[in-house]
Amino acid sequence: MVHMDAAGIDHAALNEWIRQQEGEVLLTGCCGQRFLAAGMDHRSIRVTGIPGNALGAYLNGARVEVMGNAQDAVGDTMNAGEIIIHGDVGDTAGYAMRGGEIYVEGSAGYRAGIHVKAYENKLPVIVIGGRAGSFLGEYQAGGIILVLGLHTDGKPIVSNFPCTGMHGGKLFLRSKCESILFPKQVSARPASREDLAEIEPYLNKYARLFGADAAALLDSPYTVVTPDSANPYRQMYVAY
Amino acid sequence: MKLYEGQIRIPSGCAISAVISTGGERMTGKTIIESMKPMHDRSNGLGGGFAGYGIYPEYQDFFALHIFFTDEESRVRCESYLRSTLEIVRSETIPTRTIPEIVDEPLIWRYFVTPLRSVLSSMQVDEREFIARVVMKINTDLSGSYVFSSGKNMGVFKAVGYPEDVGRFYRLEEYEAYCWTAHGRYPTNTPGWWGGAHPFALLDYTIVHNGEISSYDANRRYIEMFGYKCTLQTDTEVIAYIADFLLRKQGLRPEELANVIAAPFWDTIDRKAPEERERLSYLRTVFPSLLITGPFSIILGFEGGLMALNDRLKLRSMVVGEKGDRVYIASEEAAIRVMEPEPDRIWAPAGGEPVIVRVKEGMY
Repeated sequence: MVHMDAAGIDHAALNEWIRQQEGEVLLTGCCGQRFLAAGMDHRSIRVTGIPGNALGAYLNGARVEVMGNAQDAVGDTMNAGEIIIHGDVGDTAGYAMRGGEIYVEGSAGYRAGIHVKAYENKLPVIVIGGRAGSFLGEYQAGGIILVLGLHTDGKPIVSNFPCTGMHGGKLFLRSKCESILFPKQVSARPASREDLAEIEPYLNKYARLFGADAAALLDSPYTVVTPDSANPYRQMYVAY
Repeated sequence: MKLYEGQIRIPSGCAISAVISTGGERMTGKTIIESMKPMHDRSNGLGGGFAGYGIYPEYQDFFALHIFFTDEESRVRCESYLRSTLEIVRSETIPTRTIPEIVDEPLIWRYFVTPLRSVLSSMQVDEREFIARVVMKINTDLSGSYVFSSGKNMGVFKAVGYPEDVGRFYRLEEYEAYCWTAHGRYPTNTPGWWGGAHPFALLDYTIVHNGEISSYDANRRYIEMFGYKCTLQTDTEVIAYIADFLLRKQGLRPEELANVIAAPFWDTIDRKAPEERERLSYLRTVFPSLLITGPFSIILGFEGGLMALNDRLKLRSMVVGEKGDRVYIASEEAAIRVMEPEPDRIWAPAGGEPVIVRVKEGMY
């Protein structure tokens, strides 16, 4: 593994250095450098310190692992690859991603998974271990968003206005969601065995990455949210 | 080589930062300047500034007026006006450091003043109202003079430049404050002038702001009915006057100010317990024109404390860190880690959820 101390080096220089390496890369002491690993299609990049906004933007196959928290717009518009965060993420994680996987050990801020979409054989997946802020899955058009609610601060698994504008994909919450208010244009129901089979590989991967108990995670009530095809959002987005 | 539009992207978006000691311990400006460095790319060099609280203990009973003058003539005219209504106990240029990053500076002066008692009693106003009127008079009527700081035992320092350079320019390492706020600017609707840099201030209220409020004109029309004059066409100015109006004139508490300017949606209010529902409905109904819409994260500084607040949709980022008696607030976690690498707690407040920090009574 090649190593670089990122202290005092700007994002352009760091990315240029990463592009010259092959195999595994370790960046230590990051402090706010944006766009790390942007667009990269191979290599495995491990980061300590706090990477800046838009970590792994347009990621196209590389693996990025952060050993603590990350800021806003993790995996913005990513296409393939995986991003693993051993901590919390800021707002808009997975913004408009259309492929690849993001695993967050802790909680996510506002608008996680905003406008995620699937494309041909690509299926974006976002797994959030703790809770999610307001507007989770806003305008979701495809892919899978999964929130596990392993947080311990007593707050609800998701804050206000989840799934606003949802018109595709599936959103899973490890909760009965009795006090969660969903918009009229989506349907929220208890997850079936088939639904759970769909998320089992991602639960297993979360458990493997962060040392959780996969069986216990699976053996819980889940709510699955999908767009209500009988009552879609078309009035909002299509002019008549 | 000059780069034209389409050839370069400048991904800026303003940066804010703050540190406060609840025990009232004084900190030099060095830490807050450092906190702005990892957020350098959020600004574009057209504005940076700081507010420090508790920096003038030897003149704590006097209002400290910080004034930009375009030329000597403006200064002479302004000083003559000041002498007609105020006692000036000290006047001096604000010490600066000549550095290549900061150019075209105006004349920068400060005056420690107190209103003449005879004028106060004949006008039947208290000294804070009087000083607020003096500031409005100078900024509206005396061209070439601009008061950018007017509180007691506090001061604003701002310029065109990147914030870390502005901090060096004003030698902030020589000041000690129990609370600092900071701003790096990317002006969206105005060209960027020294007076338009943040913080915006009136009396001891200061605002640093990341965002762009879409309710500016509605807010401005309302607040100008009460004697405030928005002279710079920039949105942050109106937030400073709203804070002064609601806190000083209307006597609201900071949390109530937050409930007015970042009022929850009606359907969110409807889901609250009856007493809270009534309180929030009351504030929205009485001050509908002071609802601030559009993206913002702001830090309001005031004597003895601060309040951080996001717009109710949380369209801008803000992180809070805590360690011992210190509370840190910034647009990015990286900035907090510069000030305190190992905070006890780090978290992001929800949209419309004010974070209010007060220094212990008697410690400021």
